[in-house]
Amino acid sequence: MTLPMEAQERTPSVPPKASMPPTPTAPGASAARSAVPAPDLADETLPGEPLVAPQAAVPVELFGPGVEEKMRIAGLNFYYGKAQALYDISLRIPAKHVTAFIGPSGCGKSTFLRTLDRMYETVKNTRVEGEVLLDGQNIFGLDVTSLRRRVGMVFQKSNPFPKSIFDNVAYGLRVNGGLSRSQVAEHVERSLVRSALWDEVKHKLHQSAYGLSGGQQQRLCIARALAVDPEVLLLDEPCSALDPIATAKIEELLLTLADSCTIVIVTHNMQQAARVSDYTGFFLLGRLVEFDRTEKIFQNPAKKETEDYVTGRFG
Amino acid sequence: MTHATRLRNRRLVNAAMLSATGVCTVVIVGVLLFILGYLFVIGARNLNYAFFTELPKPVGELGGGMANAIVGSGKILALATLIGVPVGFLSGVYLSEYGSRGFAFTVRYTVDLLNGVPSIVIGIFAYTLIVLRYHHFSTLAGGVALGIMMVPIAVRSTEEFLHAVPQSLREGALALGAPKWRMLATVVIPAAKQGIITGIMLDVARVAGETAPLLFTSLSNRFWSPGLGQPSASLPVMIYTYALSPYDDWHRQAWAAGFVLLMLILTVNVGARLILARSRFGGGR
Repeated sequence: MTLPMEAQERTPSVPPKASMPPTPTAPGASAARSAVPAPDLADETLPGEPLVAPQAAVPVELFGPGVEEKMRIAGLNFYYGKAQALYDISLRIPAKHVTAFIGPSGCGKSTFLRTLDRMYETVKNTRVEGEVLLDGQNIFGLDVTSLRRRVGMVFQKSNPFPKSIFDNVAYGLRVNGGLSRSQVAEHVERSLVRSALWDEVKHKLHQSAYGLSGGQQQRLCIARALAVDPEVLLLDEPCSALDPIATAKIEELLLTLADSCTIVIVTHNMQQAARVSDYTGFFLLGRLVEFDRTEKIFQNPAKKETEDYVTGRFG
Repeated sequence: MTHATRLRNRRLVNAAMLSATGVCTVVIVGVLLFILGYLFVIGARNLNYAFFTELPKPVGELGGGMANAIVGSGKILALATLIGVPVGFLSGVYLSEYGSRGFAFTVRYTVDLLNGVPSIVIGIFAYTLIVLRYHHFSTLAGGVALGIMMVPIAVRSTEEFLHAVPQSLREGALALGAPKWRMLATVVIPAAKQGIITGIMLDVARVAGETAPLLFTSLSNRFWSPGLGQPSASLPVMIYTYALSPYDDWHRQAWAAGFVLLMLILTVNVGARLILARSRFGGGR
């Protein structure tokens, strides 16, 4: 049961690496750029799309000094046909931290996550309004395949391909191309090590991924997503089908990954959000009720609805 | 009506309906088994080595075989597969993965309609298209006719097996930045591969016994038919000709040909079902 303690160590204050001044070598963007997004925003906006001013739903000081912004969502509305699923969502997602979204079933948190890599586009008759910026770039103006290479996703139900363990992890690398066989093998090994699966599978890399246990399959899916070195990793209730031991392994993994990657996790499980995340957002009926530091959300939420939910009064 | 009589009536109706369904099943399965058994016994009795190796003998001479018809059927079916399967498979992929609602509906409906077109009409179509143009019957025309007949089933089975691939696999591939065509080619189609192959095998088995379209297209031939441009013998047409002939020896050969055709279709059918039973995404390699 060391896990919650680790989480506690991480959550109270800004981690040491983040207190360093923002470096321009940060992947993709500089802090200065994301701090003044307005001009970039204008550049990246598609012609004819209304410019939505970023709203100050999140106070700037929330992230503390030196914590960079990775994604910015402004005035996001989402529709399935005529039914609106998300209402005017605005927030900023910090780089190299774990951000969790909680809320009851059907509150829109998964839909929200699926807008961040435009995975909602696989569903017919969906429509989005508003801005989602990745390092200051409007994701709706990016090529969708290159966006998804930068923003990886792990799904609620593990979905390994009917291929070998090795081929599963290598899939994204091969799609990207440009790597020799030995480089692919290196990346596969590194990703499996990062997802803490290497020792369990190194002797059977060329066996079917379907022979793995549920928890191993989910970690394989994480390894598969990590293999292409995403800047952001989205996880949609990744542990909902797993037992507590497998869940603990994945949570542990997320804490390590946050050193190199921005993590956004949607979860049903409030304890999980409390254990792994630095920032937490609470969704209710398609609205983002509150977004703050995780400890604040769980110990001293500003909104009545949040308090009712986290104290178990409903949901 | 008292409770007792109502209960009795209900039991009577139940017994009557149950026996009606049972009798119908027994009758239809009985007839089927009788035909198969009869064909099996008489066909196998008349089968000999020469049937597979020799050409038909001239009228009046006993013996001979149908080697040319077996090879001819094989060539026509191979050609039909080459024509029907690519068209059917690609249309199936389009319908399942790309088709917009209105257009896909139209295509699907047309394909179902094509499936219901009498085979003799398709024979006449191939006759007009190829036989009239080249002024003689040919293997090519027979292959085209059967190829057209294969399209509907190939389309629908491809579409259905692609539909059966879980959406989560598609999303998994897309989430890694794979373009749609790549996702289809490397994840979805391989996952549906065994099902699609099964569908195509059943499709081949279905058209293998078609006779009517071949009467207009490949006709028949008492000799070998080199290449694709000559009239060609085929098992179904040979059965037709030999069964209607006045010679006892030909009748016996028709039985043997029927038996061989049945075995061929049965083998393909059973093989296809075995492949399908073994697949179901479990054995991914």
